[in-house]
Amino acid sequence: MADAICRVLRDGALEGEHATSLTINDSVDSPFGPIVFDYIFTQLSSYISSGKSQSRGVVLVAFSRSPSFIVELLKSRGIDITTTHEWLRILDCYTDPLGWKERLKERGAIKTPSTEASLIVNLCKDVRNLDDLFSLIIALGKGLVGEGKNRFSVAIDSVSEMLRHTSLSSVASLLSNIRSHAQISSVFWLHHCDLHDMKTAAAFEYMSSMVANVKPLSTATNVLRENSENLSLLEQNYKRGQFHASLKRRNGRVRIMVLPSFSLNMYTCTHHTQAHIQCSISAKKCEEFSIEQSLIKFTSLSAGKNETAQSLVPKVSFRHYRIYPFMSFFYVQHNSGYMFWQVQFNLQLSDKERSDRAKVVLPFEHQETGKSVQIYDGRRSVTEGKHVSSIEKLQKQEDPGRGEIIYFRDSDDEMPDSDEDPDDDLDI
Amino acid sequence: MDRPASFLDEALSLDDGDSNNLQPWIGRVVLVEDCVETNGAFVLHHLIKRFLSPNLSSSDSIVIFVAFAQPFSHYDRILRKMGCNLVVQRENKRLIFFDMLMLECPDDGVEDGIIALYGNIQKAVEAVSSLNKNITIMIDDISLLEVAANGSTKDVLDFMHYCHTLTTQFACTIITVIHEDIYSSADHFTLPLQMEHLADIKIKAEPLVTGLAADVHGQLTILNKGSSDGLGRWKSKIRNFHYRVKENSVEYFYPGGRT
Repeated sequence: MADAICRVLRDGALEGEHATSLTINDSVDSPFGPIVFDYIFTQLSSYISSGKSQSRGVVLVAFSRSPSFIVELLKSRGIDITTTHEWLRILDCYTDPLGWKERLKERGAIKTPSTEASLIVNLCKDVRNLDDLFSLIIALGKGLVGEGKNRFSVAIDSVSEMLRHTSLSSVASLLSNIRSHAQISSVFWLHHCDLHDMKTAAAFEYMSSMVANVKPLSTATNVLRENSENLSLLEQNYKRGQFHASLKRRNGRVRIMVLPSFSLNMYTCTHHTQAHIQCSISAKKCEEFSIEQSLIKFTSLSAGKNETAQSLVPKVSFRHYRIYPFMSFFYVQHNSGYMFWQVQFNLQLSDKERSDRAKVVLPFEHQETGKSVQIYDGRRSVTEGKHVSSIEKLQKQEDPGRGEIIYFRDSDDEMPDSDEDPDDDLDI
Repeated sequence: MDRPASFLDEALSLDDGDSNNLQPWIGRVVLVEDCVETNGAFVLHHLIKRFLSPNLSSSDSIVIFVAFAQPFSHYDRILRKMGCNLVVQRENKRLIFFDMLMLECPDDGVEDGIIALYGNIQKAVEAVSSLNKNITIMIDDISLLEVAANGSTKDVLDFMHYCHTLTTQFACTIITVIHEDIYSSADHFTLPLQMEHLADIKIKAEPLVTGLAADVHGQLTILNKGSSDGLGRWKSKIRNFHYRVKENSVEYFYPGGRT
């Protein structure tokens, strides 16, 4: 799946379309977003340097790691760094993002403000000015690939650092400008979602055609470690994790991967109407990753398990848990694991609703109350029938607490013809 | 080498076979988290002693200590009981001590105050960088730095970012202390969370689940994210053990392992 994402970034965007964009989300519980970012960056760099991608170059906007780290990373992954000046530019927003070192040097307080200049590294001394930052990125990219139809990619490490200096709207505007620039093929960025609120994460996901979530294998309680089990869970989370990816298609659908989608039908009764709500849950493709020797390895969750061919229809059993009065949780087991999600419908009846339901007279002839009940048998006169079958079903009853079932037979629509024997068609 | 110390050193990767090897710590950021019930200062004292230890002849270490919490005499008294003379170390230029207890940035000049502080630290680093020694910057503590910066978390984080650049430019190690229980959990952008993302090694001192005890003072959990430079050894590990603070030292043992 991670490789699939790299391929999508490699293939870039069609003419007239926005650039392909990817958000990589992680959190402190599974802090491997940077390693996933490195993986994707090196894969893309490999494609670019060998001329196999739509983009001819990549501009890396480095906020949280130094340019020298990036160069060492590429070297360690076997990419020829002697040719980096042909396809790589690093906008160094790490060394002196706010211009402090320059100010100190001017005062004579320090001697060496930054590392030596390099062909591929450009220093940015004010990351708060995003307009300038955008211009710098475009200028660097055009410097790599020239004007015209040639395209380049942009990688940002990380937007969480950007959000410390500027507002979400400015960062979103920058990303939007990058995405819509004609010469940009693809863009991806790293985001630590636990440092920001849901609105921020949603904003980035909205702008992304792909979202990759780095999650812990299991959530150990972060409070006090009660036993060694929690500790080993925590240890596992530092070595392995889950990689969830979702890709948006052009038609707006989220790409459904190996795990088939399944439907869950829920019914909720209101006072007068009966509604049928169908939820369709698309399972996202899921992979596990493990960290070994600072390299990341992705393995598909379904592979390696002792399962035979996956059936198209998963074994779904679900149990319904009620934890809060107005929310329901569904716990579903399927082939590769469990899905547990929250449904925000009130499926429980309030006391009033329960008592109303008990008072409803059902259309049976024998109610076991000792007296017969006059049941409407569909043979009321036409005019009366039409009068009753108005749109106004919600009429106030004499007793507002009394529930009622109003039933209109289809035969009401037919004109009664006295000559016609309704049993004519019987062949006895 | 006394056994209790090597127990912690081993957990901190300071004792990987070669007891004087500080390689795993070069360029790393270490965060010590503590709370009111379990003060993590003993970890800092242990690390001061470790880095200033005369045993480290092959890879001498210089400590730049930025103190917001206590004056020099306090650390001197404690380290003396542990067998380390800070006065001598300071005279030998192995310890550079910045007394920041009185630092208080004016309302409109917080950034300037923090920039000046950073300038002093980089200047000190530059002065010793030519000596080819391991440089360790210790900040005690981040929470009080935030107070000195008039509560400006942003400036504190900018400061920490700039200190982080020292780890790549001069191969320094950074050790900070933070008190996690003074921050509101309702606020998403809390300083501890930001620091946890920045740190490579997290040392957390917290009370036992079972509550107070006379013979065990707390538990220490060490989370080592591991080095991501792909060079040398790379271990991601978690250690958890109990400790007891004694008069002149600290005793470490696995849960239930104390006789």
